[in-house]
Amino acid sequence: MNTIPLDWYIILSSVLFCIGVLGVLFRRNAIIIFMSIELMLNAVNLLLVAFSAYHNDAAGQVFVFFTMAVAAAEIAVGLAILVVVYRNTKSTDIDVLNRLKG
Amino acid sequence: MTVYLFLILGFFAILSALMVVFTKNPIHSILYLVLTFFAIAGEYVLLNAQFLAIVNIIVYAGAIMVLFLFVVMLLNLNTETEPHKSMLRKLIAVVAAGLLLVVLVGSLKGADNMTIQPFSRNTGLIENLGTVLFKDFLLPFEVSAVLFLAAMVGAVMLGKKDIK
Repeated sequence: MNTIPLDWYIILSSVLFCIGVLGVLFRRNAIIIFMSIELMLNAVNLLLVAFSAYHNDAAGQVFVFFTMAVAAAEIAVGLAILVVVYRNTKSTDIDVLNRLKG
Repeated sequence: MTVYLFLILGFFAILSALMVVFTKNPIHSILYLVLTFFAIAGEYVLLNAQFLAIVNIIVYAGAIMVLFLFVVMLLNLNTETEPHKSMLRKLIAVVAAGLLLVVLVGSLKGADNMTIQPFSRNTGLIENLGTVLFKDFLLPFEVSAVLFLAAMVGAVMLGKKDIK
């Protein structure tokens, strides 16, 4: 019933992943960088669901479930750190945070 | 019909993902990211993963994006305050991401054709997923609950004004 080749899903999620990488490299606003990381996680999720559907194995979709849980926890902590950073430096520019360079 | 739906949804996903990166206003970025998540949920429906499509909308578009919106409004970032990167660094970013895409798609050429099982219509249904989740993956499920608790405590600790 499904005539879409598996390769198309691989290409689509590769493109989405690369747009996420581009966002991390391209922008300086830490919030946009967090969103790009979400985009990369979603690209991987799409790939997992595609493989799980084409192999009739529900384990892949359960794995996507865990990825979503980890992403939610990561974003909660990350945004809390971002709020603290903004309170101290009055900006969300990541280039301000170069004091760990040593 | 399914192929056209796949192409339209994929086009929307890629277009709005690009807009996330290139829009100046963070609020618009967040709204474009919600659009991307809806397009990806549509792809899940095409793959017969109805449960994950709904969970994707609820968790990502519903919970995580609202968190982002709250932070952007709390920090009052809705105007464009971001200083620009130099043109050279932007060019390097585009070239690096493009090369990564070439490598990822190019590696597909050398891959063997995978044996595809006949497409079953009840793999992604909630009954089947629940059986797998609570039978084979019970321990990771409980561990992720502990992870959530740790993340919640950590977020509250970080958000406090003064930690004595």
